[in-house]
Amino acid sequence: MSNPTYTVIFYLFAAITVFSAAFVVFTRNVIYSAFSLLFTFFGVAALYVFLSADFIAVTQVVVYVGGILVLLLFGVMFTNGIMQTGQKSEVFHIIPGTVLLVGIIGALLYTFYTSHGWMPSETTLQGSIVERIGFETMSRYVLPFEMVSILLLAALIGAAFLARFDKSEK
Amino acid sequence: MEQLTTIGLNHYLTLSAILLGFGLFAVMTRKNAIVVLMGVELILNAANINFLAFSKYNGGMEGVMFALFVIVIAAAEAAIALAIVINIFKIFKSVDVSRIDSMKE
Repeated sequence: MSNPTYTVIFYLFAAITVFSAAFVVFTRNVIYSAFSLLFTFFGVAALYVFLSADFIAVTQVVVYVGGILVLLLFGVMFTNGIMQTGQKSEVFHIIPGTVLLVGIIGALLYTFYTSHGWMPSETTLQGSIVERIGFETMSRYVLPFEMVSILLLAALIGAAFLARFDKSEK
Repeated sequence: MEQLTTIGLNHYLTLSAILLGFGLFAVMTRKNAIVVLMGVELILNAANINFLAFSKYNGGMEGVMFALFVIVIAAAEAAIALAIVINIFKIFKSVDVSRIDSMKE
């Protein structure tokens, strides 16, 4: 699969993902972080398409960009005030944090590139996997599927209960 | 050069290691609770890339299903965490995690 176009597009999306993730982490403005996270999620979704997981990519866009990011933006607006979008987020433990960042990335990359390589299976995933996901969900993973649906329902009811406005305060 | 131009498992693992590092950095160094949550989301995305990469090169469906469940759990986690953050803001008038030090009003 050393098609030049494929390689160039992969590196393009990888660069979008990494640089916007770096911007999320290193900018001091909370609103800029939230909007930069949008590009990270889209970049990761594009990488999922490269990994032939098209259904997961669409789910990523719908759930992360349409749900979680909007929730995070609401959180920013609620807690900082809409008028103070220039709100800065302070930084502490900067030296241990940098040591951790460099250490984790260095250790993982050292392990990946000095090991004797992976042995991919002969039958890698190819093409669309939507049909196989449907099949697996309704056969092997039917119990986790039902459990996770109940968990999500309970979590959403709990969140609505926790974040409600108390009428007695007024 | 062959290593660089042929996209393989190591490329995805490298990318997810970088995302994991950034996420940990955000969780460790930021004072704003919302940005800490964004770091957690980055870590979960890094884990998902790993699951899907191993699933593709292994040819099985286990990683794909696990990634799907991770996304659902991440949605539940974000909803609950933001509800808690909003409550913290109501009580402390701040979301600075280094100043929230009492469990009782």
